[in-house]
Amino acid sequence: MNLHELTAHEAHDLLVARKISSVELTRAVLDRMSATEPTVHAYITTTPDLALDMAADADKRIAAGEGVTHLTGVPVAIKDNMCTVGVRTTCASRILENFVPPYDATVVRKLRSASAVFVGKTNLDEFAMGSSTENSAFFVTRNPHDIERVPGGSSGGSAAAVASHSAIAGIGSDTGGSVRLPASFCGVVGLKPTYGRVSRYGLVAFASSLDQIGPLTKDVTDCALVMNVIAGYDPSDSTSIDSPVPDYAASLVPDVRGLRVGVPREYLIEGMQPGVEKAIRDAIKRLQAMGAQIGEASLPHTRYALASYYIIAPAEASANLARYDGIKYGLSVRQASDMLDAYFKTREQGFGPEVKRRIMLGTYALSSGYYDAYYLKAEKVRTLIKRDFDEAFAKFDVLVAPTAPTVAFKIGERVADPLSMYLTDVFTLAVNQAGIPALVVPCGFAEGMPVGLQILGNTLSEETLLRVGYAFEQATRR
Amino acid sequence: MTISREEVEHVAYLARLGLTDDEKEMLRDQLSSILDNMQILGELDTGAIPPTAHIIPLRNVMRADAVVPGLTHEEIMANAPEVEEGFFRILPVFEEDYER
Repeated sequence: MNLHELTAHEAHDLLVARKISSVELTRAVLDRMSATEPTVHAYITTTPDLALDMAADADKRIAAGEGVTHLTGVPVAIKDNMCTVGVRTTCASRILENFVPPYDATVVRKLRSASAVFVGKTNLDEFAMGSSTENSAFFVTRNPHDIERVPGGSSGGSAAAVASHSAIAGIGSDTGGSVRLPASFCGVVGLKPTYGRVSRYGLVAFASSLDQIGPLTKDVTDCALVMNVIAGYDPSDSTSIDSPVPDYAASLVPDVRGLRVGVPREYLIEGMQPGVEKAIRDAIKRLQAMGAQIGEASLPHTRYALASYYIIAPAEASANLARYDGIKYGLSVRQASDMLDAYFKTREQGFGPEVKRRIMLGTYALSSGYYDAYYLKAEKVRTLIKRDFDEAFAKFDVLVAPTAPTVAFKIGERVADPLSMYLTDVFTLAVNQAGIPALVVPCGFAEGMPVGLQILGNTLSEETLLRVGYAFEQATRR
Repeated sequence: MTISREEVEHVAYLARLGLTDDEKEMLRDQLSSILDNMQILGELDTGAIPPTAHIIPLRNVMRADAVVPGLTHEEIMANAPEVEEGFFRILPVFEEDYER
């Protein structure tokens, strides 16, 4: 038995039965990490000593039988844009390269009190801006299925860690597809929860009205178990939703009979990779065979979602990233004539090309004379996008769609042309603008690379998504 | 939609973002082509549509007016680039000798 290949729920069963210890499991994962990291490069910072200490504590907790959760003793990888007290949190940016947070993100605190084991902080596109993890200031993460290809982004490190078994489960964040795209590209399960379901406190802000933390896991059961730990109201996040958190594991029922499943026609378009389209159509047929009622849905404003997203997200980013001024923390260039000059130089040296591009785009869209034409217009289009989903969910319980038009592309293929990179997110970024949840589950392969089925649901419908995802996973399990 | 070099420099100034000459040229081209693609939004008549800044109905969220433990001064200053007598040290803000 290769311990690193276990899912979280399999590991939990063995841990509580005292067949393995968390220290054994953690050592196996760390050994695996030593074997895979020289090629995969999923982690910016690894924390083996911390992990073994946490594992020993978890073993004590299991022995005492007190406060044991499904993640107790389970090694997890955390995207490096979530604050971890005492462990540097870089956002894959030069400007935060040496930043050691004095506090934990709420999600990190919850994982800590659940006695999960922290094995490291994973690579991402700088400040989560990107679709391939190539925008990391430090290095490119490789797709474990083909190291010549990208893992997707921006949570490419967490997805690649889970797919290469150098973590049992991973945590990512999703602003326009950053959990779902890497899940699809790396063949793992990823959930973007309803906006506000998981606290954003301590998640380094990119676009505050769109950002949401979510799990990247080996199967749907693990996704539910991670949600059980991280979801919930947080007074420290004024946008978190104050409603009870269900037991997500209770929704793992392999039954979709009678469920109304809509297929939005705007999401099966010309120009998709044929293999991806086939995998998605096969998945829809499978759901039908399992008893779901399939119907055609329409989200007529889909073709505008890319433009509105790439105004709203950069606008919010340009405001959020104004805080990096070289005074209180982070890179500070002091060879300057005065403070203003220091701001310019610090930000010039601290930010990479994509971050600069988005700050420029966002500042432009918010600047005097352009605000109404760009930012306000985009917010009105956002209303139309949300209404599309409201109307669709009046007729359907869930929608199913591809996650991306293609499988993982080759490293370097889209770097030179920002627009072609932005188009990677064409099927994911409407979800963030509407604030709704979406789950990605593996549904086959095209060109030898994984394809992920995206299941979209109405606000706070995570249980339905997990049920559909679980049923599909059980039916297609080899 | 063509962005001029002066516009690039103006926006960079607003953002307090230093750019090299090469970056200015590249951004001029790229922003022009990205903004071209944004023009698609002009197809939609949004005159009667309210904007959505946030999908959660916005309201003020107040915490209780109670003292709770926070970070210590040392914890706050631990990441500071330069500290003097417990304060963040910065460069002069004004050109003239403000100590006079």
